[in-house]
Amino acid sequence: MLTDITLGQYFPGESPLHQMDARVKIVLLFFYIIAVFLFDNNINYALMTGFALSLIILSRLPMGMVLKSVKPLWWIILFSFLMHIFSTPGESLVKVWILDITGEGILKGFIISLRLVLLILISSLLMFTTSPLKLTDALESLMSPLKRVGFPAHELAMMMTIAMRFIPTLLEETDKIIKAQQSRGSDIGDGNFIQRTKGMLPVLVPLFISAFRRADELSIAMEARCYRGGEDRTRMKQQRVHDIDYVATGIFIGFICLLVGIQVIYT
Amino acid sequence: MSFIECKNLSHIYNQGQSNEHIAVENVNLKIEAGEFVAILGTNGSGKSTLAKHFNGLLLPSSGRCLVNGMDTTEEDKMWDIRRQIGMVFQNPDNQIIAAIVEDDVGFGPENIGMEPHEIRRNVTSALRMVDMEEYRNFSPHHLSGGQKQRVAIAGALAMNSKCLVLDEPTAMLDPRGRHEVIDTVNMLNKEKGITIIYITHFMEEAALADRILVMDRGHMIAAGTPREIFQDIGAMKKRGLAVPMAAELAYRLKQKGVKITESVINTKDLVKVLCPSN
Amino acid sequence: MSIELKNVSYTYMAKTPFEHLALNDISLTIPEGKITAIAGHTGSGKSTLIQHFNGLLKPDSGVVLVDGTDIGSKNNEAKMARRKVGIAFQYPEHQLFEETIAQDIAFGPKNMGCGPEETDSRVKYAMDFVNLDYNKYADRSPFHLSGGQKRRAAIAGILALKPKYLVLDEPTAGLDPKGRESLMGRILKLHKEEGTTIVLISHNMDDIAQYADNVIILSKGKVLIQASPEEAFSRVDAIHQAGLELPEIKEILNELAAKGLPIENNAYTMEKAVSEILSVLGRQGKC
Repeated sequence: MLTDITLGQYFPGESPLHQMDARVKIVLLFFYIIAVFLFDNNINYALMTGFALSLIILSRLPMGMVLKSVKPLWWIILFSFLMHIFSTPGESLVKVWILDITGEGILKGFIISLRLVLLILISSLLMFTTSPLKLTDALESLMSPLKRVGFPAHELAMMMTIAMRFIPTLLEETDKIIKAQQSRGSDIGDGNFIQRTKGMLPVLVPLFISAFRRADELSIAMEARCYRGGEDRTRMKQQRVHDIDYVATGIFIGFICLLVGIQVIYT
Repeated sequence: MSFIECKNLSHIYNQGQSNEHIAVENVNLKIEAGEFVAILGTNGSGKSTLAKHFNGLLLPSSGRCLVNGMDTTEEDKMWDIRRQIGMVFQNPDNQIIAAIVEDDVGFGPENIGMEPHEIRRNVTSALRMVDMEEYRNFSPHHLSGGQKQRVAIAGALAMNSKCLVLDEPTAMLDPRGRHEVIDTVNMLNKEKGITIIYITHFMEEAALADRILVMDRGHMIAAGTPREIFQDIGAMKKRGLAVPMAAELAYRLKQKGVKITESVINTKDLVKVLCPSN
Repeated sequence: MSIELKNVSYTYMAKTPFEHLALNDISLTIPEGKITAIAGHTGSGKSTLIQHFNGLLKPDSGVVLVDGTDIGSKNNEAKMARRKVGIAFQYPEHQLFEETIAQDIAFGPKNMGCGPEETDSRVKYAMDFVNLDYNKYADRSPFHLSGGQKRRAAIAGILALKPKYLVLDEPTAGLDPKGRESLMGRILKLHKEEGTTIVLISHNMDDIAQYADNVIILSKGKVLIQASPEEAFSRVDAIHQAGLELPEIKEILNELAAKGLPIENNAYTMEKAVSEILSVLGRQGKC
């Protein structure tokens, strides 16, 4: 079922991760991702994996469910793993046709996959523990310096809010449309490429028409609720940096220093 | 001065084009503050078009619409008018903007620039009024239709709206959801003095109103108390509408020769007529 | 011959925080040639249930038999059995996609492998049944129809499959009283003239009272009542427990009986109510 996808969902909670300011979370996430790609030391990989797993535990979300967020992207991970296995020069272990599988390749493939998995896990964790509104407010606020050069930060944030609100609705609707057409004997997903593309039309046309109708009705509803762009808007939930954010940032800086230390010592 | 007043209001879609369509023609009406008014009419009778004039979502092609004395065509009054008149639409999914209930209720107040602490207070009291406080951290996606409509109502209340215009809010709901919505609306009118303009296809809901307006092909063809409107069953049927079940039953009994002289629009009336021992 | 469900269970989003048991050990029978109504409030499992009738969803446990054939099998017989069941879903917007109404209605027959002539004749037959004039509407866009007409066009798209069992999900929701009456009239005509078995999913209890031979009431994924309308509507507590209401006319009669009108009180339609009250008043010599 399409509606089984958990990507981009928020799970309300009271954990320290939930309480942190979204802006701080985004900035720290940003540096964590840089760290994942910068440090290439085995101990550091272990530490960074450990760090990610501790965060999941700290979030008090079911571990299995967070880990499952990797699922929609597993084929990208698999692809990059295979790419590295076959394309890294080194001592050949097994020869498949003209391709060599090397020990170095397996290691490199594993590390690249691990990087991707960490990246997805930690980004999902941000989505899971931050309400969509806080997330978009934080992005708007982080992007607001760009407003001066004409960057539509508010509009972008509003678009994201609406997109997040409607993703589950549209997924559910897609599911219903597929079922309605299947009930008329349509075989969605069968045949060659052209047939399959043609087979998608009975789903895509109603979906688009419905999405446009929703957009139309939504814009009327927003207008009725006095929406007139970002100017003079106030916020119910003001973004404030609390003690917990200072503590988290402190711990994070300490962690990065540790990574840097290990990196320097072992190279 | 009436709270809402329409004077010779007409609305023409695509004016001057080949697909020109007169949706509302020459409507005159007055709605007083604190009233509960139901609007009846078949699909395409122009009732939704009319309703969208009350807060300036549509502007009259000719004639005027005044809210609290302010003309909806005056641009600088627009936001004041929209703040005073909240709207609830038929499809609960297409009017909820935020992915969390309380964020959505706060959307209107944020737009009019209310202070954060005031927004929080209004959101809480609005959610309490529609009995949805325990759901404030829910995703709207996980609510029932009736709950979503109550969230939409709370969204208007949080802006301190004095009037709610509801455009077939129960059309897509099950009986439980319908009850939730109509009970909430009725309570807001009776206890909080909120003016209600309620468009519906359900005659039992319309029977709760102080006054019913009937639209037919763009014209307002009748106005009166439920008792007056539901009296004339033949006329209602001719317009493609119905009457409450009790009125219909009394009408059929009368046709079969039962002597019923009093007007009957609800079960209570029927009991009085048929069980005179009470 | 019938649609028969035996011990069917179905769970959504198993093993997530949103895990939800939608159908809990359901056994029921939809007899051929009758009008069966299925009622239940939102979340009672009724949409999940109907998706089992033609194999859109496969039960986690239990079997679905259509005319005795297990439709969960992979063989051709099961495929043919699934085709006997046509489902018209609630929102016509979810199925209309072609440029013209005729093309849209032809989608189903074409998928079934009907030739052009057979398809044409089925389109005409279906449009005639839902009272959409072929000459007037065949070449129009389905997107420019009114709400009631869209629903008819969508139902025609299912009728063109010539289903033996026609499942209608909330066919009258959102229509005005006139639209409701005329659509139900067409469905009744189909039932009488073609002998099509009708499964009516509705929470409009007055519609159910007026049209159904059998009533199935669902609550929390279980069958709460499976009975004749007369029996079903006598179980007031169970109906309220399911979040539903009695038909309005039944409520009125109950109130009259409670206030001392000596009626037998087993009527649940307008016609029967009128005759019952008349007979009482006749005995009392009031008319």
